[in-house]
Amino acid sequence: MNIYLDNAATTKMSRTAIDAMLPYMDAVYGNPSSLHSAGQTAAEALTRARQQISHCIGASPEEIIFTSGGSEADNQAIISAAQIGRKKGKSHIVSTAFEHHAVLHTLKKMEKEGFEITLLDVHENGVVLPDQVEAAIRDDTCLVTVMYANNEIGTIQPIEEIGRICRARNVLFHTDAVQAAGQLEINVKEQNIDMLSLAAHKFHGPKGIGILYAKKGAALTPLIQGGAQERGRRAGTENIPGIMGMAAALEEACAHMGDNSRRLRVLRDQLIAGLTHIPHSILNGDAEKRLPNNVNFCFEGIEGESLLLLLDDKGICASSGSACTSGSLDPSHVLLAIGRVHDVAHGSLRLTLSAENTEEQITYTIKAVKEAVEYLRSISPVWRDLVSGKRDFIIK
Amino acid sequence: MALYSEKVMDHFRNPRNVGIIEDADGIGEVGNAKCGDIMKIYLKIENDIIVDAKFETFGCASAIASSSMATELIKGKPVSEALALTNQAVVQALDGLPAPKIHCSVLAEEAIKKALQDYCEKNGVEYSHNSYEGQPS
Repeated sequence: MNIYLDNAATTKMSRTAIDAMLPYMDAVYGNPSSLHSAGQTAAEALTRARQQISHCIGASPEEIIFTSGGSEADNQAIISAAQIGRKKGKSHIVSTAFEHHAVLHTLKKMEKEGFEITLLDVHENGVVLPDQVEAAIRDDTCLVTVMYANNEIGTIQPIEEIGRICRARNVLFHTDAVQAAGQLEINVKEQNIDMLSLAAHKFHGPKGIGILYAKKGAALTPLIQGGAQERGRRAGTENIPGIMGMAAALEEACAHMGDNSRRLRVLRDQLIAGLTHIPHSILNGDAEKRLPNNVNFCFEGIEGESLLLLLDDKGICASSGSACTSGSLDPSHVLLAIGRVHDVAHGSLRLTLSAENTEEQITYTIKAVKEAVEYLRSISPVWRDLVSGKRDFIIK
Repeated sequence: MALYSEKVMDHFRNPRNVGIIEDADGIGEVGNAKCGDIMKIYLKIENDIIVDAKFETFGCASAIASSSMATELIKGKPVSEALALTNQAVVQALDGLPAPKIHCSVLAEEAIKKALQDYCEKNGVEYSHNSYEGQPS
């Protein structure tokens, strides 16, 4: 059995996206900046893709900037808002403790440049409250950036309310919607969003392409200097095949969002119910306010990387927030932000679904995880101490 | 997975010497759960020879493989030889470890030394990394 349950890391490209790209890697190879017909054919495709994408998120075409992906979009949004703020003498930014590193590391950089950063607590359920944002905004706040849905635990943030507060207080609001796209409705106008980041490969589009939506009038600071592409906001010849694939993938994802989400929620809840039966396990993040495709658990007494490799042997691709998989000495900052202690955070497992997963796969996965956890516990000195009472269980 | 050598994956998938020794002559535990690695080594020693070694490990694949390999390397050996075990020997026997995982082999070496120290203390033998003076075998 081959079961891909790491769709938060990346997704398989849809046939529609691939088909939309192929002509632009073949017959239509012109540079959209060229005045001849080959270039203009590409330019027309680019215009069409921009319209398709803006339509999907309730924006105007000129508000869409193509980037190399979500990280670039997050970087540009924050750096631009900081520049705008600086000109007005505002140097305070509000965000949350469990943003993606593309946001957190950019905020760190802004901090070094003299900005003051407030990171809001996200509570044990992994949801920030609009009241916290309201209370954190000061006269010198230039930006609030809160993700739409968390990439590890899938919790959905009240961005519409946060956007409303920001608008009332005249503060720019950016949201990293990379994990939400294709799963949750996005309408930048209705949701009071000033800037928003997307990455195509999270919704069955190609890698290396994304967008930054920026409300009309929001002056963007280019991260890449060069030609006048993207109205001078992002230099470099456009990645036409990527853009065409992204537009097709987003349109397809939005068209099937309702049906897919309903189906995924059922599978997700089956998976959660099955894994909850493993003793001393806990679901990370709110059970209701979470992405239709996200399941994230901690299992006490084991370490996540060995769990991943055992699951890989059984044909299951998953992910973990343990230190060994995070590439640092600390486990996932997201799990620590929701109050999981190190000992428990090392034993985390993230399973993220797509429309390709079946009920049969979910049943198989529950059994495989259960067996792997039991095995790892059987060779774990920590588990022995927990069971013998030498050490207290953290997860009851 | 190309992350690890075939040897590491073999010792991870089929670890040798997993378990505990009820009447162990020496026990050593190193690491802590906060860092994500704990190794516990049990030794049975008769006439200065390590006649049995077992381990329990909480940790990643390379931690499990390192404990498995380390116990293999010292089984049947005199205490003095076991004391001379280095983490490099464990890494070599595993056909290498990725750089961020070298600390797993260090933990394995430390766990074994700690178990041997425990044995020495219990048996009134002077413990030293360099000059071990045990009973003649």
